[in-house]
This record gives sequence, structure tokens and C-alpha cells, in this order.
Amino acid sequence: MQTTSIIELYVFVLAGFVGFQIITRVPSLLHTPLMSATNAISAISLVGSLVAAGSDKNRVATWLGFVAVTAATINVVGGFLITDRMLKMFRPAGKARAGARPPPRKAEGGEA
Amino acid sequence: MSAAELFTQASYLAASVLFILGLRSLTKPDSARRGMQQAAVGMLLAIVGTLTKEEVVDYKFIIAGLSVGTVIGYPLGMFVPMTAMPQRIAISHMFGALAATLVGIAEFYTLGDGAEVSRGTMAALGFEVMFGALTITGSFMAFGKLQEFLPGVPVTFRGQNAVSGVLFAGTVGLFAWLVYQPHTPWAFYLMCVLGLVIGVSLVLPIGGADMPVVISLLNSYAGLASSATGFAIGNEVLIIAGALDGASGFILSMVMSKAMNRSFSNILFGAFGKPPEKVAKAATGLTVKPISAEDAAIQLGYARSVIVVPGYGMAVAQAQHAVRELADLIEKNGGEVKYAIHPVAGRMPGHMNVLLAEANIPYEKLKEMEEINGEFQNTDVALVIGANDVVNPAARNDRSSPIYGMPILNVDQAKSIIVMKRSMNPGFAGIENELFYNDRTTMLFGDAKSSLERLVAEVKMNAAG
Repeated sequence: MQTTSIIELYVFVLAGFVGFQIITRVPSLLHTPLMSATNAISAISLVGSLVAAGSDKNRVATWLGFVAVTAATINVVGGFLITDRMLKMFRPAGKARAGARPPPRKAEGGEA
Repeated sequence: MSAAELFTQASYLAASVLFILGLRSLTKPDSARRGMQQAAVGMLLAIVGTLTKEEVVDYKFIIAGLSVGTVIGYPLGMFVPMTAMPQRIAISHMFGALAATLVGIAEFYTLGDGAEVSRGTMAALGFEVMFGALTITGSFMAFGKLQEFLPGVPVTFRGQNAVSGVLFAGTVGLFAWLVYQPHTPWAFYLMCVLGLVIGVSLVLPIGGADMPVVISLLNSYAGLASSATGFAIGNEVLIIAGALDGASGFILSMVMSKAMNRSFSNILFGAFGKPPEKVAKAATGLTVKPISAEDAAIQLGYARSVIVVPGYGMAVAQAQHAVRELADLIEKNGGEVKYAIHPVAGRMPGHMNVLLAEANIPYEKLKEMEEINGEFQNTDVALVIGANDVVNPAARNDRSSPIYGMPILNVDQAKSIIVMKRSMNPGFAGIENELFYNDRTTMLFGDAKSSLERLVAEVKMNAAG
């Protein structure tokens, strides 16, 4: 138990360090997608919820697990979809974006 | 290690790597989409890896939960409009924290109400439900304020700080006691309840303009709760994903607090809800110059360079498509249009970028504050659309102003300034804005969207005539 906890602490600190290094380089342009992306990723708590809901230990754990699975699934499904929807919108100049919701009036994509 | 267990661990490892690569892809807008799709594959792998675990014996509730979650999550992902993104993100923090908290409670209950819980595990569990619970209600309050079924203005009462202090001390006390003596069910459940109450008392006194900080902070808390879940149930992928989420929220909170000139300790302890004292800075004797859409259109029609400064007002009026239309016309006339994005414009980090990208504006034209601040002095027209505090020169030169010291966009240095505003009511913080009384500033009153549409019509007519 003791050694596992220490290893877990290592994992936590190193992952936090990697996260810090990467995320400081994310431009503020993409801060909203970043937030929805990390939210979707941290819905990995679904993994814990699945075990609680499915290991048939007692009724309380099963029901709490069921609600947790539901909540985490909402974030997994909704989170990745909305991140993708947002990232699809960011396009460089001169490249028309495919499948975009049309602006109110007809606009030519490649103007600039 | 059995074959099944090996497969599970391999899927977790793959998921961790894909998550990190996915976040790394977000450093460049071109690679971002593909990277996040790979992260989604990682998530799928981790789910499959979990379902094959030997402990998982009953799939009824799992399938039910996955189905219900998908049915709710799909519309939340596909149909929520971009203008509603801040509240959408706020509510997703609630779901994330809810999952983490419930797993923690289930674990505590299953282990004989704490009887079989070691002190180390109890520390993780306690941390998990404490942060989880306060994030649940905190996020819900933030959601309510952004969705406007709760008052957006700070709600305060006498002795609030004392009450919050006692609540906080009580919760930490219970936490300490639980680590010392894990088999104390009443303390555990009471701590959950207190956590929920703290979440409410933390966010209730915070106003709408401070929401970018609150959302980032709750982002971080939700991540830390997930990470603590990983410690409690001994699951590395949870620790990693939670740490990434926690780091991201932490960094965003720092960026936001810097952009609002608030100290970080101020934010960590949630004291940032202090309502700004209303300063009735004498605006008497000063007059604003209103401008008609016709005149503004002429000015914009001849402008060689225009910088658009969007704020929350643009989001409220859903005016991003009209902005793009106007910009297209100016560019057709030979002018150049750029966009100056303040880090805290809007209600969440990056809010304005998403809206303008939705209107099909190429991202190269969306400039960060440091990048564009030097360009205002050579700009013909700065067009301020529903932004207020982020362009208030008082932040630079009025020591008595509550926003003194906050970095702002140098809109006041432009050759001429057109401010689009609903009315002369001071902005959310109730701070008078000297920019509006500047000699070179003219005010175009009305709803941002209809004003822009009138401008578009006028510019078109002038070009034709």
C-alpha cells in the first residue's frame, strides 16, 4: 500500500508537470476548446464509475455508480463532440471551412 | 498479472499517452482537431479496457448509465450554440465533479463506511469528496448566473466572510479528523454536505464579469477531484487525466487573474468575490458625442485600418456574423480589419475567439492583447463592440479605480474610436469609463447586432453610390 501511494504521487507530480509544460504553450486563441477538452479528458472518472456500477458489491454503490456513469458519459460524449465542433471552426485565412454553419448571407470563404 | 488485467493496463497507458498528445495538439490550431479525435479514441480504449475487468460482473446499470448519458450528452455537444459556451462549460464541470464525488461516496460506503479504509486512502477520498462537492454546487451556481436564472450581480450579506470562514474551517477540521480516524461515517457525510454548502457560498458573491476566473478555478477543482479519485481507487489513468485537467484550470486561472490584475492568493481563497465599491467618479461636465449610423458608416468606409474590439455585449447580441459582414465590406473597400482580443473579454477564457471563428473569421486576424496594443496608434478606427472595462483607461491612470493596474487594450490611442453600446449605463462593475468622453470617441447607441446591420446597409449604399 505504502509503496503504491508513493508511485501514485510520482505519477501525479510528473503528469502535472507535463500538463503545465504543454498547456502554457496553448495560445489564448484556443483557451475555450482547451477547457472543454480537458473537461472531456477528465471525464475519464467514468472508468471509476463503471467499476462502482458494475462490480455488484452493494445496492448503494451500484446506484451511485449508475448516476456517476451517467454524469461522466455526458461529459465524455458531449465534451469531445463540442470540442470537435469548436476546433472545426478555427481555420486559417484563404481556406474555406467545410461543413460550417452558413453565415446569414452568402459569403465567399477565400476572400482574404 | 492475468491477460485481462494486462489488457486493461495497456489500454490505460495508451489512453494516457493519447490524452497528452491530444492536449499538445492544442498548441496549434491546425493540428488541434485531429489530436483531440485521437484523444477521444484513447477514451474509448480506456472504457473498453475497464469493461473487460474481472471485477465488473454486472452490465445492467453500466449499459443504462452509458445510454442515458449519451442521450443527454449528444445534444449538449451538438446543439448548444457557441454564445452559450460559458454556461455549457460550467455545467460540464458539475457533471465531472458529480461523477468523482459519487464514486468516492460509493467507495467509502463499500469499505464498511470507512472501517476498511487506510489513512492514506482516506486522505484521497476526503479530498475527492470535499473538492468534488464544492465543485458540484459551485459550478451549478456559475451555470445559473450565466444562464441568468440566478442574479448575475454579487449576492452578499452581512458577516458573509465570517460564515464562509467557519464553514471552511469546519470542513477542513472534519477532513483532518477523518484522516486520523477513517471509520467516522457521520463526519464523512457531514463533510460532503458542508462541501456542497461551501460551493454555494463561494460563487454566490461573485459577479458575472469575474466568471472567467471562477470557471477556470472550478475547472481546476474538478480535475483535482478526478485525480484524487485515482489515488483513492488506485487508478493511474485517472490520476494523469485529473492532473492534466487540474494543471490546465490552474494555468487558465493564473492567466485570467493576471489579466484582471488580481493576485493569485486572492483567487485561491475565493475572496475575489468582493463586490467592487461603486465609485461615483464625477462624469458631470463631460459629454459624450453620439454618432448616427450614416456618419459611422462613412468613417468606416474610408478607413484604411480598423481594429474591432469585441466584448461580452457582442456575445449577448449574437452579433458575430454581423461583425464579419461589416469586416468583409471594409476589406472590399481596401481597408484592413483586425480583432483585438482581451484575455478576459466575455465570460470565459477564449470566449470571443470561438464566437469570431464561428462567424468564419480566419484565426490569424484574431490578435492577442500584447500583439496588437502597439498598433492602435496607427489605426484609423477602433470599433468597440460591447466591451467596457477592458478598454477603460482608468486602469492605467486612475489610482482610485477598482480596476487600476489591470492591463487594457490601448483603444484610446487610435485616431478615432467608435463605441457601440446599448445605453450610457455604466458597465457591470459600475465603473465610469473615460474612454467614452474622449475627444476622438463617438458613441453609436443601440443593440450591437441591429447597429451593425444598419452599418452594413449604409456602407453598402455608400460603396454603390
